[in-house]
Amino acid sequence: MAEQIVFSIVAVVTLVSAFIVVTDRNLFHAAVALMLSFLGVAGFYVMLNAGFLAAAQLLVYIGAISILIIFAIMMTRRIMTTNESPVNSQWVGALIASVLLFVLVAGAVWTVWGPTGTVFTSPNVLAPPGPAQGVPDEVVANSVVELGRLFVSADGYVLPFELVSVLLLAALVGAIVVARTEREQ
Amino acid sequence: MTFLEALRDLNFAPFIRQALGGGLWVEILIDVLGVVVVSTFCLLIVIFLIWLERKVLARMQDRIGPNRVGPFGLLQTIADVIKLLVKEPFTPAGADRLVYNIAPLLIVIAALLMWAVIPFSPSLIGTDLNIGVFYILAVSSASVVCILFAGWGSNNKYALLGAFRSVSQLVSYEVPMVVALLIPILLARSMSTNDIIIAQAVPYLLVVPVSAVIFFISALAETGRTPFDLLEAESEIVAGFHIEYSGMKFGMFFLAEFLGTLLMSALMVVIYLGGWNLPLLSLALSWIGVNFDLAALPGGSWLGLLVFFVKLFLVYFVFIWIRGTLPRVRVDQILAFNWKFLVPVSLAALLLVAVLDKLIPAGAGPVARGGIHLISNLLLGFAALELLRRRGREERLAQTGEPAEPELVELAVDHHH
Repeated sequence: MAEQIVFSIVAVVTLVSAFIVVTDRNLFHAAVALMLSFLGVAGFYVMLNAGFLAAAQLLVYIGAISILIIFAIMMTRRIMTTNESPVNSQWVGALIASVLLFVLVAGAVWTVWGPTGTVFTSPNVLAPPGPAQGVPDEVVANSVVELGRLFVSADGYVLPFELVSVLLLAALVGAIVVARTEREQ
Repeated sequence: MTFLEALRDLNFAPFIRQALGGGLWVEILIDVLGVVVVSTFCLLIVIFLIWLERKVLARMQDRIGPNRVGPFGLLQTIADVIKLLVKEPFTPAGADRLVYNIAPLLIVIAALLMWAVIPFSPSLIGTDLNIGVFYILAVSSASVVCILFAGWGSNNKYALLGAFRSVSQLVSYEVPMVVALLIPILLARSMSTNDIIIAQAVPYLLVVPVSAVIFFISALAETGRTPFDLLEAESEIVAGFHIEYSGMKFGMFFLAEFLGTLLMSALMVVIYLGGWNLPLLSLALSWIGVNFDLAALPGGSWLGLLVFFVKLFLVYFVFIWIRGTLPRVRVDQILAFNWKFLVPVSLAALLLVAVLDKLIPAGAGPVARGGIHLISNLLLGFAALELLRRRGREERLAQTGEPAEPELVELAVDHHH
């Protein structure tokens, strides 16, 4: 019961602020609402016992990406006087793309968690059907250690993890090369 | 469990559960009480901290400091708070009302949130998260946003410039801080603050001093204190991002700044000085065959509380000491020092400790292990300082065009005295 109440509050905050992001005329307010939406997503992670992911969401999305977005808006437009329409001529394409994305996500959720989904019918399920059982405390306490092991073990996710690391390093080097002032020979 | 037992162990949750019977509402009551106690304590101690800082700074500058209101001027801050509270809550024309007014609230909330994982004594901790240190870093990085809110909401170009400058400094110094904190996490094999305290058979300050020093320097920068207090450079950007704030709204930024400094001191105590524990005493007693476990003593919780606060105020004193003695540096120097010196050194230290920790045989005792890390850390530290010295010499050479001789200059100054 208590969990449903908290979930509803977090869900409303996330969705309403996401709606404000795309409708508000003031770009700075849209960026603020985007942060609130990110915070709501972090709340979902906390409810799913994924504390590490929640803290990472806070650190990366609010602490870094949102600040980057604000810096970008402030440096490219006359932000103090901006009052632009949030709708432009690309809305038809955007609508089609979002509907397709929604169908994709809903389909994925339905096949796994729907009434006939694989979560309830496959033999090696984690949680049996019926009311939620809750995760045992020791599983939650060890989740960070397990996560770390999975990232670097050969039968875990070491290849994607290293690929992402190389990608980020390449982006870092690229950013330095772009930002560097040319030295005169 | 009687009330006296709960008081002795500083552990009231079981007592409340027993007295009121369990259940969801009792759990919520316990959580709310915990939040109220920790935040009230944090807010009240700032009143004392402000007095302490003014008094110590005054002594260092050969002044007396506040001495009129109350004994030793102790009530001066309370008078100041009342003055701030009765001022008119003012919002400048053209300001973004919502953003302008919410920024001081958010920054205090963020500063209070971080205290949830600080263990004051073996039993006194808000919540022992398994990601404790990471949680603090995440909240502190998210709180940077409040500064942008304040700077932009004020509709003042000096506030905005100040906010940009603050944010660039805070975001940059997060990098060496995170990397430096990874080293104790790696040694303790846990991110929980309580686990890190228990894992310190020898305080980490004596095991990985390079990491401790880098953490301390970045903590100075993260809290915007001297020599990194460019956030309020009066000569260039006036008061920085909070120029348009007055009354208690300004007081909130002031409060968050002091809370942040105290939190960094607490983090230093927890991660590098053994927190509420007395690791060196336990180690010394174990050599003469006495088993000393502070947490298991009757009333050990109170002793732990005392130990924690003594260490906390020692570290806090160092913060004030530095503020009273070091001059401010330039903004380009701040960023260059961070990216070209602190970040590479912290990365090298992390690599060194990680490799060494794997190489030391598993049977080595805490002292042998700590000794090996200490020697390698000191070597790394000296190498880094030597590099810095060479660079400084080159820069002096480039500026003056002649080889500077710092030894001679120092001698001349000494002679003058």
